[in-house]
Amino acid sequence: MLTKRIIACLDVRAGRVVKGVQFVDIIDAGDPAELAHRHAAAGADEIVLLDITATHEGRGTLLDTVERTAARLFIPFTVGGGIRSAEDASAVFNAGADKVSINSSAIARPELITEIGSSFGAQAVIVAIDARRGAGPPHSSYDPVADAEVFVSGGRKPTGLRLLDWAQEAEQRGAGEILLTSMDADGTRAGFDLALTRAVSEAVSIPVIASGGGGTAHHFAVVFAEGKADAALAASIFHFGITSSRALKQEIAATGIPVRLPC
Amino acid sequence: MIAIIDYKAGNLTSVVKTLRYLGTENLVVTQDPADLRRASKIILPGVGHFRSTQLLHDLELTQATRDAIKQGTPFLGICVGLQWLYDGSTEAEATEGLSHFGGSCEHFPAIFNDAPLKSPHVGWNGLEDIRPDSRLLAGISSGSFVYYTHSWRAPVSSNTAAVTNYGGPFTAVVERDNVMGVQFHPEKSAETGLQILRNFLYF
Repeated sequence: MLTKRIIACLDVRAGRVVKGVQFVDIIDAGDPAELAHRHAAAGADEIVLLDITATHEGRGTLLDTVERTAARLFIPFTVGGGIRSAEDASAVFNAGADKVSINSSAIARPELITEIGSSFGAQAVIVAIDARRGAGPPHSSYDPVADAEVFVSGGRKPTGLRLLDWAQEAEQRGAGEILLTSMDADGTRAGFDLALTRAVSEAVSIPVIASGGGGTAHHFAVVFAEGKADAALAASIFHFGITSSRALKQEIAATGIPVRLPC
Repeated sequence: MIAIIDYKAGNLTSVVKTLRYLGTENLVVTQDPADLRRASKIILPGVGHFRSTQLLHDLELTQATRDAIKQGTPFLGICVGLQWLYDGSTEAEATEGLSHFGGSCEHFPAIFNDAPLKSPHVGWNGLEDIRPDSRLLAGISSGSFVYYTHSWRAPVSSNTAAVTNYGGPFTAVVERDNVMGVQFHPEKSAETGLQILRNFLYF
C-alpha cells in the first residue's frame, strides 16, 4: 500500500538552516547537509531544501549547498528557491536534486512548469503554493477556503490568484505535485489547515503535500485522514529535537494510517 | 566497465553518485554503442517521457543493447528504463520499446475500486510476491519499501519478480536471466534500494 510521506524541510538562508514563525523571526538551526543526513537517518521519507531568501534577494540557489547535501542522501531530495528557468532547474538537478520546487517564478511565468517538466519529467516539478485565508470582501458568498489567496516572494506579495484556480492550472501545466503551505498555520505548531488542504487535494489529481502548522503526531494523522494530504512537511519539530520522523510515524501508524516503517 | 546509458532524459546524477558510493570505480556514462558491447554490466536509468527513449533507436543503442544481452551482459533498467524493455507504452505509441518482454505499459486508471486514483504514483510503497529465485532481490524481504514516481506501469507476467499494489498489482521488478528492471528508484530507496543495486553490481 502506498504510504503517507513525512517530509523534513530545511529552510536555508545564506547557507544555514533557519526556521521562521509565520515567515518571520528567524532562528539558526544548523548546517543543511548535516541536518539532511540526520533527518534521513531518523526516518524522514524525503528532504526538501528551500533557499528562502533566493527569490527575495534575486540570488541563484546555493548549488554548493545542494551538492554537499545530495552527496550521501539516498532518499528523494527536492530543492526550491530562485529557480527561474529550465537552465536554473538543470543546474540544481546536476548538483544532485531529484525534484525542484517552484513558486514565485511559476506564477510570474506559468510556462516554466511545462518547460522543466518536458526536460526532466513531470515528477521532477513541484509547484509550491503559499496561501492565506483572508477576511474576504464584504459579501456573504465569500468562502475563506475556496477563496484563499496565493502569495509569492516568501509570503510578501499577494497575487490576487485564487488558490484552487492556481492549483488546477499548475496541474494542467504539468506539475507533478503541489506543496501547499498555509501561511496562517505556518510555524505555529498548532496543526495543519485541514479544510484548505482537503480543498486542494480534491481539486487536483496529483499528490498534495501539506505544509505549515505540524506540531504533533495527531496533526499529521488528521491531515492525512481528513485533509486528504498525500504527504506532510514540517521543519521546526524535527530540527530542535522535539521529535524524529520515526517516532512520529510510529504514532501515526497506531491510528491505522500507512507509513514507511521500519525506516 | 559499467555502462550507464545517457539518452538525455532526466537526470543521471543521482544514479551515478549512488553507484560510486557503492564502490563502482570503472563507470562510463555513454551514448556509444561500442561501450555497450564491451561493458561488463549496463544500466539504463530513466525518468521522464517514454518518447525520449526514441533516442536509443536513433543512436543505434537498441541493437547494441540486444547484442550485449545476447552475450549475457547483465542489464538493469530503472523506471522508464524498465518500461523500455517491453513492447512500448501508451505514453508514446509511436516509440517502440525493446520488446524483450511482451506487453505494453499503460497509465494508471483514473478510478480504482470506485475511488479516484491519483497519478503520478508518488511515494514509498511495498514490494510484494517476491520471486525466491530473483538475484536482484536477494536478501530483500516482502513488504520492504521503495520509492516510486511514475504514471505508467508494466503489466504483470511470468517474468515479474515482484509486484507493488497501486490501482491493482503492477510489475515492480522484472527479471529473466541477465535482463532486469525496476519501476522504482533504487538510488532513492534508502537501504533497500542500495541493497538491490549492490545485488546487481556484485552478483
